[in-house]
Amino acid sequence: MKLTQGCFSFLPDLTDDQIYSQVQYCLANGWAVNIEFTDDPHPRNTYWEMWGLPMFDLQDAAGVMMELAECRRVYGDRYIRISGFDSSHGWESVRISFLVNRPPQEAEFELVRQEAAGRSIRYTTVRKATQHAVP
Amino acid sequence: MNVHTGTVSGKERYRSGVMEYKRMGYWEPDYVPKDTDVIALFRVTPQDGVDPIEASAAVAGESSTATWTVVWTDRLTAAEKYRAKCYRVDPVPGSPGSYFAYIAYDLDLFESGSIANLSASIIGNVFGFKPLKALRLEDMRFPVAYVKTFQGPATGIVVERERLDKFGRPLLGATIKPKLGLSGRNYGRVVYEALKGGLDFTKDDENINSQPFMHWRDRFLYCMEGVNRAQAASGEVKGTYLNITAATMEDMYERAEFAKELGSVVVMIDLVIGYTAIQSMAKWARRNDMILHLHRAGHSTYTRQKSHGVSFRVIAKWMRLAGVDHIHAGTVVGKLEGDPNTTRGYYDVCREDFNPMKLEHGIFFDQSWASLNKLMPVASGGIHAGQMHQLLDLLGEDVVLQFGGGTIGHPMGIQAGATANRVALEAMILARNEGRDYVHEGPEILAKAAETCTPLKAALDVWKDVTFNYQSTDTPDFVPTALETA
Repeated sequence: MKLTQGCFSFLPDLTDDQIYSQVQYCLANGWAVNIEFTDDPHPRNTYWEMWGLPMFDLQDAAGVMMELAECRRVYGDRYIRISGFDSSHGWESVRISFLVNRPPQEAEFELVRQEAAGRSIRYTTVRKATQHAVP
Repeated sequence: MNVHTGTVSGKERYRSGVMEYKRMGYWEPDYVPKDTDVIALFRVTPQDGVDPIEASAAVAGESSTATWTVVWTDRLTAAEKYRAKCYRVDPVPGSPGSYFAYIAYDLDLFESGSIANLSASIIGNVFGFKPLKALRLEDMRFPVAYVKTFQGPATGIVVERERLDKFGRPLLGATIKPKLGLSGRNYGRVVYEALKGGLDFTKDDENINSQPFMHWRDRFLYCMEGVNRAQAASGEVKGTYLNITAATMEDMYERAEFAKELGSVVVMIDLVIGYTAIQSMAKWARRNDMILHLHRAGHSTYTRQKSHGVSFRVIAKWMRLAGVDHIHAGTVVGKLEGDPNTTRGYYDVCREDFNPMKLEHGIFFDQSWASLNKLMPVASGGIHAGQMHQLLDLLGEDVVLQFGGGTIGHPMGIQAGATANRVALEAMILARNEGRDYVHEGPEILAKAAETCTPLKAALDVWKDVTFNYQSTDTPDFVPTALETA
């Protein structure tokens, strides 16, 4: 399964040049750039691990690319995403988020259905049992 | 024409009989609206021979304290405060016989947090007034003090995005078609295919409620099977607007509760349920962490004609106050009415914290929204992947783009249709962020993306020439040079 979270997951994986351009777009908008990684890409997993603090005062995307290279070196077998954070009043949240690294074997999810009264079903999305999370 | 006609005061004012509205205190050209006043702008078309000032004063009177004759019981009240005051009347540029009337209402005339009360006052009585040929409520200004008495959108754009974990691009949806006749089981199939193919949302149409071919529980159950399967297959949060519109509030609450039990992230209502029902559902949605989608069913009966009715920008303002999270606000390029400038005005009303006066967009007043949540506009009706660059340019990023026919009518199937839309969108966002002139290079950007996406190529081939270029009926009337004085 190709995990389709993030802004560009239906396109071919972004090249480093393309990632650089998107980061530059974030910086030009005054957004802080954050690198996060996880081995648990469950759709409801909000808090991926932070690769250091968000980069607030960068001018050049090259700094982010260096951090990304370092993050990939250590966690290249996990999902890594880059996000741009806008602290302006009325938003104060993420403005863009996209995947920049996928593990060699992508996560697979399956549905667990608990049959309840009146044909209702309680759904739980779980990682497929055959898959093991990276320790 | 904005000259005083002499308001009568004292004993004379209350002599039994009939008196012109403009002399009863409803025409006060010297009046300076207070920051706390509600202001309404009407387009007044008096009957032949009726003085436009008198007609406008009558609108002020009949939408506040007046009746057709003088009543002595006015003297038991602070009548001067409660009288709405028409303070300005201008001829409508390019539209002989019609006038823009500005009317100020004291805040005490309105109940806190009630669109029903607000609308009963402003549009309750006056639209059938005989001396008028036609009347249209064009725009309103709400004081911050009044805005703050409303809940506002239950979720808001920012929190909706956080909940869905979707940032940086418009959301994608599709209305299930055919909108009538599918069984629950077949309907859920379409939901599943469209979401799995790459859409974020699917949607019930306005008249999908609980009919012989598909009862609502069946629809909810099959739809949620589709939603959850698509979510597991993609690793992305998905949703379907379950329409809970029904005959009674009790029925709507029952349907809303069932949607919640099944884990839906969003429910939907129609504008025709009425303002009170909308506000009730907005409160329910806030209490239950539910996104509330509003389909503006029926609005064109009173919003479309320029001479008579209520402008959609007023409805949009009321709905932001009332507290819905999504509202259909036009596509410009699609099959339904939508002048680009007027539509931009609606989108600003939905999404900005402050709307400056902008006559060219039909916005007549500065309006502060006092940090009320933002309302996500929805563009739906006759749009397709080949227009992606135009849609992004005209409508921006915080919008739901709904490609119903453009998804389900795809020659390779529903999943392919959804994928085509998603790829087109992502390619356009990528290009825009890279600084490309995506509006002009749009067709090339799409063609390039289609090289690695057969479904997009097929979509572009099928719909490349489809456009809806008709004259808009609802366009702003303004004189650009009059901006300073307006």
